[in-house]
Amino acid sequence: MQSIIDAFQFIGDNLHFMLTKTLEHLALSGAAIAVSLVIAIPLGVTLGHLHKGSFLAINASNIGRALPSLAIISIGIGILGIGFINVMVAMVVLAVPPMLTNAYVAVDGVDPDAVEAARAVGMSPRQVLWKVEIPLALPLMFAGIRTGAVYVVATATLAAIAGGGGLGDVIVNQASYGTEGVIAGALMVTALAFLVEGLFAVIQRLLTPRALRHEEGPVELLAPVIEGT
Amino acid sequence: MLAQLALPIAQGGGPVIPTFQRGSDCVRENRQFCWDWFSSHWSSTFQPRLIEHIELTAIAVGIGFVIAFVAALVAYRWDWAVNPATAVFALVYTIPSLAFFQLMVPFTGLTRLSAEIALVSYTLLILFRNILTGLREVPADALEAAQAMGLTRRQTLWRVELPLAMPAIMAGIRIATVTIISLATVAAFIGVGGLGEPIFNAIQTGFKTQFIAAGVLAVLLALVTDAVLVVVQRLLTPWARAKVG
Amino acid sequence: MEGVADPDTAAAAIEFRAVTKRYPGRSAAAVRELSLSVPAGEICVLIGPSGSGKTTAMKMVNRLIDITEGDITVGGQSVRSLDVTELRRGIGYVFQQIGLFPHMSVEDNIGTVPRLLGWPKQRIRDRVGELLELVGLEQSDAKRYPGQFSGGQRQRIGVARAMAAGQPIMLMDEPFGAVDPIARDRLQNDFLRLHAEVRKTVIFVTHDIDEAIKMGHRMAILRDGELVQYGTPDEILATPANDFIADFVGADRGLKRLLLRKLAEIELAPAANGERDDLPTIDEDTCLRDALSMMVTQRVSALTVLGTAGERRGTVSMESLAHFADLDRADADAEVEA
Repeated sequence: MQSIIDAFQFIGDNLHFMLTKTLEHLALSGAAIAVSLVIAIPLGVTLGHLHKGSFLAINASNIGRALPSLAIISIGIGILGIGFINVMVAMVVLAVPPMLTNAYVAVDGVDPDAVEAARAVGMSPRQVLWKVEIPLALPLMFAGIRTGAVYVVATATLAAIAGGGGLGDVIVNQASYGTEGVIAGALMVTALAFLVEGLFAVIQRLLTPRALRHEEGPVELLAPVIEGT
Repeated sequence: MLAQLALPIAQGGGPVIPTFQRGSDCVRENRQFCWDWFSSHWSSTFQPRLIEHIELTAIAVGIGFVIAFVAALVAYRWDWAVNPATAVFALVYTIPSLAFFQLMVPFTGLTRLSAEIALVSYTLLILFRNILTGLREVPADALEAAQAMGLTRRQTLWRVELPLAMPAIMAGIRIATVTIISLATVAAFIGVGGLGEPIFNAIQTGFKTQFIAAGVLAVLLALVTDAVLVVVQRLLTPWARAKVG
Repeated sequence: MEGVADPDTAAAAIEFRAVTKRYPGRSAAAVRELSLSVPAGEICVLIGPSGSGKTTAMKMVNRLIDITEGDITVGGQSVRSLDVTELRRGIGYVFQQIGLFPHMSVEDNIGTVPRLLGWPKQRIRDRVGELLELVGLEQSDAKRYPGQFSGGQRQRIGVARAMAAGQPIMLMDEPFGAVDPIARDRLQNDFLRLHAEVRKTVIFVTHDIDEAIKMGHRMAILRDGELVQYGTPDEILATPANDFIADFVGADRGLKRLLLRKLAEIELAPAANGERDDLPTIDEDTCLRDALSMMVTQRVSALTVLGTAGERRGTVSMESLAHFADLDRADADAEVEA
């Protein structure tokens, strides 16, 4: 218990430093999330719209979930060495699968009656996509983004060992920051994870039209927050 | 062979090469992957860590399953318990693993206990949700038939509800196991062994083979376990595959 | 159906004694002072519009719904006095959604209650074989799973399961409602055939008047929880107790009565020859209504009835058929006038 108190003391004494580290952490996470989004969403939405590539899209998530994040980072260090690129690659590799799978399933699974009605009314395929499919797919798609995002924030903690900076730096560096520092880092990154999870949960709630609010979908796919590593 | 990969290697900071007297060229030059080093160190370094890793995982999933199972049965019977249980399990699940392990140290030290407490906690949300969902999705008509035929409540649970919930339960075990395999790599940080240990050690030396060997082993363990559990799941639910064409 | 010592022994009579069911918070009773007697071995159909309480009444027999007032006896024993689990193991239950256990083979499904009762494995296996034949399925179906069968087949398995332990009573709640009309017709016929061999006491709930007439030895018509009329289908069709019943059974109740008898059962005019030689022929195993239908479509007023070997057994005229369709006269064996 004393350690916890000491940790808070540490935060108080080094507030500027801790905040800097937190921002570093967020920046790294944000970058990885952005890259993952750019890769996963357009691909998932397109495949879902065309109803193609289901094997790839669905199994991407299964395989991605099985990849131990530290192991990916480790392999990355072996191949790419320490540094920002390695860390980014590892996090993107881990975040893309849930985003991709959910985007695919969400768009692929849009009520076919709605799509047919839209087409019958005279909408072009592009209009159907943007005005009907994407809005209806948004909740489930966002669930995947949320999963990936929280995953990234957690994985960024490990990024420290690959030179990624962020709060992980503090946690692995007992020599420099002492036990209080390490605990402090752990506490802050936990708080950060809760915040991000909570924020995304609220956004997801807002994005889900009341009519579609129900319990989670396929148990396997919407595996809750894919753990924090 | 990874040794043949011709990738540009960004080596910021100049790693220290392990000075093994018997080191081959591959090792001294810290090439991508030195098979000879790996095979000679298999039984001393990698195999024990692999076994430790499997132990850590098995214990965590085993204990986690018992806890989650009891919680799910309670929540199945008493609806009001679902939300509080889910909230608690979800909370611990969100804690980044490195932080969780580290936070356990002041309380239970650099021990396996610390690692297992954290790992067990991570299994709970997945297992609880899947077991509960599995039970809830048992077809109502099968339950009505069971009741009308004179099965007691307990008989209905063990002979009808749980077997029918098996696919969801197995899926949960599968996801949980693979998740824990992943998290157990981080547990090495507090010194409990497992495949994470060579990784953390390699940070000091920058020895590429170690990074890649440990990393690939962990990935293989996860993928193989996942595949094996899929097979187990199929074997346990023969009725799910036999459907009207 | 020999072989295993026949567990399908004496059926039990069911009696409702002023049974009432009240739900808390609702002023009207779901079932009000229902009294009726079902003799052992008979099929009693409970029929009525929705909300009449027919399913509620049936479910009180095996206590899936609790009795508020009154009592039901099964084979003389009050259902309220028996342990509910034991009671239910002695009552077969078949319902519209069927409720087979998807994770068990057909064999295991059917053997559920025998297993509960501790029958030896071989005995169960033999019993399953017997039942599969009885309900019209293949022996090889025993090892398959419910998901591999059609709706009609699954309900056959459901019936087999409900009688596996030789339960003396069977409750059936719209059992054939979820299948297409052709399958339903087959299921009804096969069940009647089965019942002729294994005479259990059956309470059969339906909302389909034609099914009720076809299946029941007796019909109980309920409305708003009360019994309005109880009697054989012929009695009810011939002499409905009030306008409600008359409407309920349909304006064509005279014709419906013709469904209840076959040509083989009535007295026929002597087989004619000579100028009546060219009458269309009809098998004696046809019901009177189909005979009438043939007369109408073929524009004749008489038919020659053939026996099982194709021999001429006699003739039947439209007028004689009309006797059996008479309204307000319940006497079954009216004399035929040639």
